[in-house]
Amino acid sequence: MVLTAETRSSEADLIDRLRSGDEAAFVCLVNTYNAPLKRLALAFVSTDAVAEEVVQETWLAVLTGITRFEGRSSVKTWIFKILTNRAKTRAVRERRTINFSELEDPMEPDQPAVDPARFLPAAHPTHPGHWASPPGIWSASAEDAVLGREAIGVLQRELDRLPRAQRVVVTLRDVHGWPAAEVCDVLGLSEANQRVLLHRGRSRLRGVLESYFAENA
Amino acid sequence: MNDDTPREMACQELVDVITGYLEGTLPDADRARFDAHLATCPACQEYLKQMRALVRLTGKLSPRSLEPATVDSLLGAFRRWRDSQTRL
Repeated sequence: MVLTAETRSSEADLIDRLRSGDEAAFVCLVNTYNAPLKRLALAFVSTDAVAEEVVQETWLAVLTGITRFEGRSSVKTWIFKILTNRAKTRAVRERRTINFSELEDPMEPDQPAVDPARFLPAAHPTHPGHWASPPGIWSASAEDAVLGREAIGVLQRELDRLPRAQRVVVTLRDVHGWPAAEVCDVLGLSEANQRVLLHRGRSRLRGVLESYFAENA
Repeated sequence: MNDDTPREMACQELVDVITGYLEGTLPDADRARFDAHLATCPACQEYLKQMRALVRLTGKLSPRSLEPATVDSLLGAFRRWRDSQTRL
């Protein structure tokens, strides 16, 4: 069985083991959090290599900080906040301010959840705003073993193509299964902005899968 | 229709507020309008089903696994840190 930080009996136990130099405890932490840390770093910095460096710096900061860690937040939140701070510092150095505005003010014009042309016009006499071209039926195909596996490939590719802020929110929420409050906390997002980013990301991915299932039904 | 009657939710509005619905953050009045519309609209039922299927499918994406080199280099850092601690 693969041990993850979540399945450990207690965080306090994990911290004690880290402080006493237990290698397995550190490996467990790295295995659990390295991938989401890298994803998060990529929301702020421009290249894979820089993201990798930020993640490495974060782990070193975790090691030097663990003796002082007081457990006021969860270990997970603490680690991700270290990463966010470092990634932001790095981004400022790289003069990448665009992602900050994207995270802090996602209300800028964006594509609607569904192409407005698929709805009847607001002036329609009987059914304003109702589907003119309703969503194609996915039936069981979405979760069918074979098509489902292919769909997952399509989904991964499209997730990688989402605007950064949407990508990081959808990844943390839907791939890693974090609750909304944790995502807001770590990214410094308001609940409303987190929801807007999640909504835009999911809506776009649904649209892509709809086209995919229409072509491969 | 008098002014107290809530406006019926159109499909186009439903797809805009669906994430709030799934998150449980939609105000009660809008939630009721959402549910009322859903009860009579097979296309929106399908849309909601697709959003839920999408979330399940996304949950099946595997977080990228670690390069062995990354683990080695981090373990190296860990050992250096541990050694520096024991020297204190």
